[in-house]
Amino acid sequence: MDTLNQILQFLINALSLGGLYALMALGLALVYGILRLVNFAYGELVLVGGYSLLVFGEGPLPWVIVAALSVLMALVTSLLLERVAFRPVRDASPTTMLITSFAVSALLQNAATLFISPRPKAVRTPSFFIENIRVGGLLISKGNIASLVISLATLGILTLFLRRTILGSALRAAADDFVMTRLLGVRANQVIATAFAISGLLAGVVSLFWIGRIGSVVPFIGLTPVLIAFVATVIGGMESLTGAVVGGYLLGFVNVGLQLMLPQELLDYRDAFTFAIVILVLLFRPQGLIRGTYSAERV
Amino acid sequence: MKSEWQLTKWMRRHSTLAILVVPLVLIALGVSLFGGALLERIAIVLFINLALVVGLQVFMGNSGVMSFAHVGFMGIAAYASILFSMTPRMKAIALPNLYPVLAQVQLPFLPALLVGAAIATLVAAVVGFPLMRLSGAAPIATFALLAIIHRVLINWDEVTNGARTVFGIERFTTLWVSAAWGIFFVVLAYWFRETSLGLKLRASREDEHAAASIGINIVIVRWVALILSAFVTGVAGALWAHFITAFSPLSFYLTRTFLIVTMLIIGGTGSVSGAVVGTVGITVIFEGLRGIENAINLADLPFRGSGLTEVFLSAAMIVILILRPAGITGGQELRWPRKQVQPEVTPDPADHGA
Repeated sequence: MDTLNQILQFLINALSLGGLYALMALGLALVYGILRLVNFAYGELVLVGGYSLLVFGEGPLPWVIVAALSVLMALVTSLLLERVAFRPVRDASPTTMLITSFAVSALLQNAATLFISPRPKAVRTPSFFIENIRVGGLLISKGNIASLVISLATLGILTLFLRRTILGSALRAAADDFVMTRLLGVRANQVIATAFAISGLLAGVVSLFWIGRIGSVVPFIGLTPVLIAFVATVIGGMESLTGAVVGGYLLGFVNVGLQLMLPQELLDYRDAFTFAIVILVLLFRPQGLIRGTYSAERV
Repeated sequence: MKSEWQLTKWMRRHSTLAILVVPLVLIALGVSLFGGALLERIAIVLFINLALVVGLQVFMGNSGVMSFAHVGFMGIAAYASILFSMTPRMKAIALPNLYPVLAQVQLPFLPALLVGAAIATLVAAVVGFPLMRLSGAAPIATFALLAIIHRVLINWDEVTNGARTVFGIERFTTLWVSAAWGIFFVVLAYWFRETSLGLKLRASREDEHAAASIGINIVIVRWVALILSAFVTGVAGALWAHFITAFSPLSFYLTRTFLIVTMLIIGGTGSVSGAVVGTVGITVIFEGLRGIENAINLADLPFRGSGLTEVFLSAAMIVILILRPAGITGGQELRWPRKQVQPEVTPDPADHGA
């Protein structure tokens, strides 16, 4: 019974963390698939979500509305960034776009330092993030269950959108072969804006749970999420949306697993191990675990 | 007569060198003659930045492959060099967990600096070799490398004393030491660009497949450039360590990477002139804004200025990327105007035959 409990506990932890990672990875992969842009500023959408929680949370609004407003803010910021910073460099090389996103990220981070505070600010979070419930011999945090359920639900809705709507199909087609999709009459601006909107939405949802876990926001809050999303997409497959989700869940399992198994001295190096895996994947399987349909370069 | 004609021809061809070196020498001279302590400090920062940016340009500018890992190499050299330059007594205090073998060693400044740079170069050569195959994925892979180096520096208690600040390093880097290295590296980078290897590398930047088809071994030429650029970066790291005299692994992560990359991108990745222009321009603006920021923080104002410098710099970078994706110099070297200007075919230098 004890072992069974441990396994269940591990599964729940891994699935809830993996779900968050999968959302992050998917947000990054959606934009990458279409624009070949590794959006480094993606983490700053989590930052925007987090600071919105802080600002709106100071008022009398109930948490659910504050949360919805924060997700909306992340979405709007994502659209705004696309319009102001990324559209003008859309036709430049992937490196130029990457550096642009790097600059956007630095801008938002330091704006938060300048206009709010360089120090951590406590955010009002509902009590269910820290409460536990007991099911049989299991002690489960309500926050974990919520992130597990919400991430699965978000992924489900998104899958329906991508598979059942015309815009969703256009988005998937664009992620496979953007040039061809445009030739078939799909409006580039519309597709790209949709991708950024979804990406912002995902980042907003992630920020709720990310901030909920930590309980405070700092200007560099976005760094870890964006790094995790990077790692997950590289492992799962940069070109494939399924790959990103798979990579996210896999990374969740690996991280929770390493946390349990690595001895304390090596635990400090956990991130180094994770990044070493990234380099190895890039070297031996550059397309990641799941290949996109049209990932080969044409000469 | 003929040799004289050849000399003038050579000088015309390489007028870039004079245009870049003479102002730098003048800056060093002017500051050493008339500058106070503050100006001297800024000038040293300038020359160390110059070495860092030129070091990055040697690899990134010529190969077109983005690298985020260089600040990691800088960190390795900084730590490696102080291990050899500090006195055993100081080491016992600042690095209490150091391996006994290293605790007793002490070298003069120059050998310590070279050993530090050599260790960084070695790491870059070994770890970097497999990465040279990557082109589009290189930014992510080098980013991962930077993150790994950062993690190791933070956690390798024996050598770095963990995330804590090391202190008690002697200040060997004077104005002229930094100026000499900085200017030497500018010349070196210019020379490297024009060597046969540099030309092959630049060919591979313009079109990987075409370059491979005429027999250029892209992995090898990139690798040699990486080794040279890691050495330059390493020397810069060692110089920086012996200028700042107290630092922690946090000094070698994203903030500095962003600053160095900004300098190179704003100046123009494709040319040594770009590296010089970007470094001088951004260092002056950066120090100016920092001054304002500190003044705001010290004055009794209702708001704080922290982050102002970075906000301005990143906004400037976005504007430059949108208006001039190839940087201020556009990837061209600065030249004395000539009658027959043969424009070099330089598309967006950040563009690397994707």
